[in-house]
Amino acid sequence: MNKTIAEKILAKASGKKVVSPNEIVMARVDVAMSHENADVVLRSFNEIGVKKVWDKERIVILFDHRIPADSERTAATHRRLRAFVKEQQIKHFYDLKEGICHQVLVEFGHDLPGEVLVGTDSHTTTHGAFGTFATGIGATEMAGVWATGELWLRVPESIKINVSGKFKPCVTAKDLILHIIGILGADGANYQAVEFHGEIISHMTIASRLVLSNLSMEMGAKVAFVPPDEQTIAYLKQRTDKHFQVILPDQDVEYSGELNVDVSSLTSQVACPHSVDNVKPVSEVTGLKIDQALIGSCTNGRLEDLAAAAEILEGKTVHPDTRLLVIPASRRVYLEALHEGYIEIFVRAGGLLLNPGCGPCLGAHQGLLAPEEVCLATTNRNFKGRMGSPEAFIYLASPATVAASALKGEITEPC
Amino acid sequence: MLIKGHVYKFGDNINTDVIYPGKYLSITADREEMAKHCFEAVHPEFLKNAKPGDIIVGGKNFGCGSSREQAATCLKYFGIRAVVAETFARIFYRNAINLGLPVIIAPGITQQVEHKDDIEIDLLTGIIKNMRTNEIIEAKKLPDFILEIVTNNGLIPYLKKKLGISSN
Repeated sequence: MNKTIAEKILAKASGKKVVSPNEIVMARVDVAMSHENADVVLRSFNEIGVKKVWDKERIVILFDHRIPADSERTAATHRRLRAFVKEQQIKHFYDLKEGICHQVLVEFGHDLPGEVLVGTDSHTTTHGAFGTFATGIGATEMAGVWATGELWLRVPESIKINVSGKFKPCVTAKDLILHIIGILGADGANYQAVEFHGEIISHMTIASRLVLSNLSMEMGAKVAFVPPDEQTIAYLKQRTDKHFQVILPDQDVEYSGELNVDVSSLTSQVACPHSVDNVKPVSEVTGLKIDQALIGSCTNGRLEDLAAAAEILEGKTVHPDTRLLVIPASRRVYLEALHEGYIEIFVRAGGLLLNPGCGPCLGAHQGLLAPEEVCLATTNRNFKGRMGSPEAFIYLASPATVAASALKGEITEPC
Repeated sequence: MLIKGHVYKFGDNINTDVIYPGKYLSITADREEMAKHCFEAVHPEFLKNAKPGDIIVGGKNFGCGSSREQAATCLKYFGIRAVVAETFARIFYRNAINLGLPVIIAPGITQQVEHKDDIEIDLLTGIIKNMRTNEIIEAKKLPDFILEIVTNNGLIPYLKKKLGISSN
C-alpha cells in the first residue's frame, strides 16, 4: 500500500476501501466544533428545517471569540446558543469560562487519531497534531453536518515536511513553522495535507506540535498531521477513555511535494506586515519600537509558552512605552500558570492579564491598535486591519521573542 | 448558465479580514447588514464604486485566512454575481459554493481582464469571454457535484431536496 494519512482517514470516513487525491467523498464526521459562529450555523440549520441535530454527543459548542460579551449583540448570541444547547441536549458545551476552542478540545480529549474533526474556525488544523483529520469549514456546511453528520471533502494531495537537526537555545516550534511558511508561501500548501516527519518532531512536546499544525493553516493547508506516537497515546490516555485507531502513512507513499528543513542553523523568526509569509530573521528587524506586546492565542497561549515568557520576564519590568498583554489559552492553563508562579511574574513585570479567550487577535475587542501603532504578537495573523486600525502594523514571533522585546520596547533576539 | 457583469478587480492574497472586518463578526443573522461592510476597512472605495451585478476578479489565494462565512455572504448579498480568481483559499471557496455564489478558478485571468471590463462566464463549460477584447479564457470547469450545489442556490436548498423537506 502507498497511502497517506489523509487518504486512509477519508477512506475510513467515507466507507470506501481506498480513495485517491482529487476524489470528492462524503465523509462521516466524528466531532463538529463551533464557537460563537454557531449562531451563524444555527440560522442555516433552522433554514434546512431539520428539528433535531444528527448526534448530540458529537457536537461541541463553546465561547471564546468575544468573551465576556463585547456587545449586546454578542450577549444575545451567547444567550441564544445556551438555549439551543439545552433544547438539543448538546453534551459537550463549554461556556465562556473555559478558554480557546483549540486548547479546550485538546484538554477535554476530543482530538482522536484517525477521526474526522471539523470546526467552523480556520485554525481547526491544530488538531492534526494528534493524527486527527481536522479542518476548518464554513457555517452553512456545519449546519449540513448538524443535520446529516456528513459533508463533502476533496481528498487532498499530501506534502511531506522532513525536519532534522537540533534547535539552538530560544528557537522554538513557532520559529520553525514561520520559517516553513516563509519558504512555501501563504498558498504553498493550499488544498493539501501536510505531514510533519523527523526525529525532532517526535521529541517535541504536544504543545509544540500543536503550534506546527495550527500555523500550517497560514500556508493554506487543509489538514496538518503529526503522525501519532507513544507520546500522543500517553497524552490522550490521560484525557479520554474512548477507543481510537492510530492511522499512520504507508512507507512507500509518493508525496506531491517534499521539503527538508534542518533547524540547526535556524534563528528566531518574525512574520512582518501584512502577510504571514513575509518572514525574516529577528536580526533583520531588531530595534523596531513596539507599542504592544501580546502573548497568547490558539497558537502560543499554552503553559510552555507562558513558561518561556516568564523565564525572560522574571524580576524585570516591561519597557514604559510598551504595554504587555498576556492571555492564557484556557482556564486550566491559567490555573497551572498561577500554580507555577508565572502569573505573578507577569503582573510584577507590568503585564496586563486578560481572561482566557481569543482576545484582540481577530480584532473584535480587548487591546485593539491605533493607526501607526506596532504590535509584536505570538498570534497567527498579521493581516492589515486584523487587530484594529488598518494603519497599524502587526509582527508575529515566538513567546520568548515577544517577552524579550517587551522588556526592551523594541524587537530583539530572545537570547 | 451564463453570468454577465462588470469586473471589479483585486490583487493577490485578498484575505477574509479584508473582505469582512472582524469587528462585524457579531452580526450573525442579518445578511443585508453584512453586505454594508464589504471591504470596508482596507478598501472603503469598494462600497462607493462597486455595483450589484458586478463580478469580482482576484489574483492568487483569494479569500485566505479566517473561515468566517460572512466574507462570502456579504459579497453575495451585496449583489456580486460571481468571483473569478487565479486561485482560491479553500474555506472561502467552500463557503461561496455552499451559499450559491459561483466561484471560478481561472489561471491567467488577472492578465486578460482589466478593472471595469465586461465579461461573460459560462458556468457549465468554464469558458469566460472578455467582451472588450473578445478574448476567451478557459477557466476550470466546476465538478458536476459542486455545480449542482451552486445551481441549486447553495447547500441549504440542495440538502432540503436531498432530505425531502419542502421549500415552503
